[in-house]
Amino acid sequence: MAYQRYDAVIVGAGGAGLMAAIQMAGKANVAVVSKLYPPRSHTGAAQGGISAALGNTEEDHWQWHMFDTVKGGDYLVDQDAAEVLAREAIDAVLELEHMGLPFNRTPDGRIDQRRFGGHSRNFGEGPVRRACYAADRTGHMIIQTLYQQGIKHDVNFLNEHHLLDIIFTEDGECAGVITYELKTGEIHTIHAKTVLIASGGYGRVFKITSNALAGTGDGIALAYRHGIPLMDMEFYQFHPTGLYKLGILVSEAARGEGGIVRNGTGEAFAARYAPTMKDLAPRDMMSRFIYQEVKEGRGIDGKDYVLLDVSHLPPEVIDEKLPDVTDFARVYLGVEPKKEGIPIQPTAHYAMGGLPTNVQAQVIRNAAGETVPGFYSAGEAACVSVHGANRLGTNSLVDLVVFGRRAGKQMLEEIQERDFPVLPENPDAYAKDSLSSLLGREGGERVADIRKTMQEVMMDKVSVVRDQQGLEEARQSIAELQEAYRHVSVQDKGRIYNTDLTEALELGCMLDCAETIVYGSLERTESRGAHYREDFQTRDDVNWLAHSMISRDADNTLSLEKKPIVITMFEPKERKY
Amino acid sequence: MEVTLRIKRFNPEQDQKPHFEEYKVEVEGTDRVLDALNQVKWYQDGTLTYRRSCAHGICGSDAMRINGRNRLACKILMRDLGKRITLEPLIGFKVEKDLLVDMEAFFDAYKSVKPYLIAGDAPGGGERRQSPAQRAAFDDTTKCILCAACTTSCPVTWVTGEFVGPAAIVNAHRFIFDSRDEGATQRLQILNGGSGVWRCRTIFNCTDACPRDIKVTEAIEQVKRTLLFDQV
Repeated sequence: MAYQRYDAVIVGAGGAGLMAAIQMAGKANVAVVSKLYPPRSHTGAAQGGISAALGNTEEDHWQWHMFDTVKGGDYLVDQDAAEVLAREAIDAVLELEHMGLPFNRTPDGRIDQRRFGGHSRNFGEGPVRRACYAADRTGHMIIQTLYQQGIKHDVNFLNEHHLLDIIFTEDGECAGVITYELKTGEIHTIHAKTVLIASGGYGRVFKITSNALAGTGDGIALAYRHGIPLMDMEFYQFHPTGLYKLGILVSEAARGEGGIVRNGTGEAFAARYAPTMKDLAPRDMMSRFIYQEVKEGRGIDGKDYVLLDVSHLPPEVIDEKLPDVTDFARVYLGVEPKKEGIPIQPTAHYAMGGLPTNVQAQVIRNAAGETVPGFYSAGEAACVSVHGANRLGTNSLVDLVVFGRRAGKQMLEEIQERDFPVLPENPDAYAKDSLSSLLGREGGERVADIRKTMQEVMMDKVSVVRDQQGLEEARQSIAELQEAYRHVSVQDKGRIYNTDLTEALELGCMLDCAETIVYGSLERTESRGAHYREDFQTRDDVNWLAHSMISRDADNTLSLEKKPIVITMFEPKERKY
Repeated sequence: MEVTLRIKRFNPEQDQKPHFEEYKVEVEGTDRVLDALNQVKWYQDGTLTYRRSCAHGICGSDAMRINGRNRLACKILMRDLGKRITLEPLIGFKVEKDLLVDMEAFFDAYKSVKPYLIAGDAPGGGERRQSPAQRAAFDDTTKCILCAACTTSCPVTWVTGEFVGPAAIVNAHRFIFDSRDEGATQRLQILNGGSGVWRCRTIFNCTDACPRDIKVTEAIEQVKRTLLFDQV
């Protein structure tokens, strides 16, 4: 067994993890653990932009950004957190520029800004240019820039370490992590004063998703197994414009630049549903509009997709501002966006839910906000909650920069005050048990079969539109799949680079995420943001203006605790665009 | 349609040397090579090992030799390849297992060119100014995803470990020609040394291999010209 010790260990080398690491570099002994190489992290797939009320091209104010975030989240957003997000976005974007991020520029050399879904001027009057961007590869530039800074600051990267467990003391304090080093096959006990889970989301629980194959919710699920509740898991965002059948993301920037979604009759139908924002209505709504059009037989040729049309845009706008997404259409669908519509359908994209934290990125264990010493989360893995029931486009990048930075700063403080927690006896026992049972079993169930069924069930019954019957069926299916998972085996019995084994571990994590998504969706008998119940079609502020915190006890029974929403400036209103 | 994947296999825990194994898979013409690999791994042989993540050409994990050319497995479709497809690991780095190679030397070369902005304090309050033309001067090389397809396609890197390789030069270029950067002299000094740009023989394999369509050779030439004519 290999033993290592750090002041801070960060799990995940995407935007949030790297941002935190950079804050601490040179000031504390930090390690960044990733199951990939850092620039492979899924932050790099983000496209359209990062919002901040810089006001570089037209009037804008952070209060407008905050309002849009709260309204976009269907008032499930904690407004203290949204204020932090919108205020600190401005400094965060400037900090990225100072680090070297190559933003597109205005003629006078400032950071250029463009329109994006749900972002408005003067509290909803019409679209505003708020998204700072680098063509349609803003996430790529962020991950590259932050990785570059990590190298500059000599951050200690533990690449290709797969997270096996999070260590907690008997008193429930976090004490480190256990990892499997793919290159050597070694199991590491990484003892730490503070741990940040920045391991991203879990889009791979769904069949059609924009998420990387690595998006399997490892950090979230392992914390959940240790009794940490997961918050707002029923809110899962489907992005309206994923490439048909593939789910590959086509940025909202395509619509921000003037692209239009058309149905089988050629109609630009968004205007019928959202007369003010039209195609720039938020993602939850656009996805439901598409669902409705398809359901009423107005998909393309009666099928389950519609077209994203950018063919009317000047060719230079497409080449300069949307080069990557139009390339995806050419490479994967053989479609030339300058001439024809791009076949699209909603794709599982972003988890609003995750590990509940306060605005210092400290994980909390209950609705009272009691923190877990030494334990942090930021980025998509976390639920602060700035996204509420539906995240606005560009706000994920704002989130990971703003709260990654906050996490790093708060961890530095805790490192000063805290001694190394005493490790429990055999801290790696659980990890070793799960490995040896997977490796020891012969025959049994196949990972790919269970995973495929899970992804189909979640897509069919727990996606854009849900109802009680479908959710009950999904609950039953997931329970059966979890039982089947107990008999799963892997063919690769080797020590090094055993990705057969890590895929099996990831499936276990995804099943736990799926279980909480289904449970939360069943319990929440209302429609809000991305959670739409056909049997409860309206928002119910009397009973459900609250976060849901879902826990599983030792008998595998799930329970839900409600946590009140923080409201500071904006009283909940009906959400119209 | 049914295709045959001919995959170069090597497991250091069992094998003395690499060997080829063949797998038949049912695919659609629009499937990616990665989809075919996944089919093998998920339903035929779980021991088959390769890297992958985003599956749409952005993360840079799955560069490999596909019918003899360096490509991303997630960016090449089956319909473009014929019925018998040979898959091999990248050349020039130690094979760890099957299609997966040791990337440490690649990242070490990358780090050696100081791939980060070197600049004094930013002006108080706002962003550093940069005109659209200044921004365009290094746009092409910002697209690099560090997949190593270029570096491992370069015959010079096959025969000597001394050359930093195209990817490192691309990333140096990205900063040398960034108007905000003040580290060009340091980087040019590195690239003028024994492991730098002068080892390039202008073969254009790197440009052909780049899945991001970066004009790699041109970027290297631009660095060479700058060294010769001191244009920075």
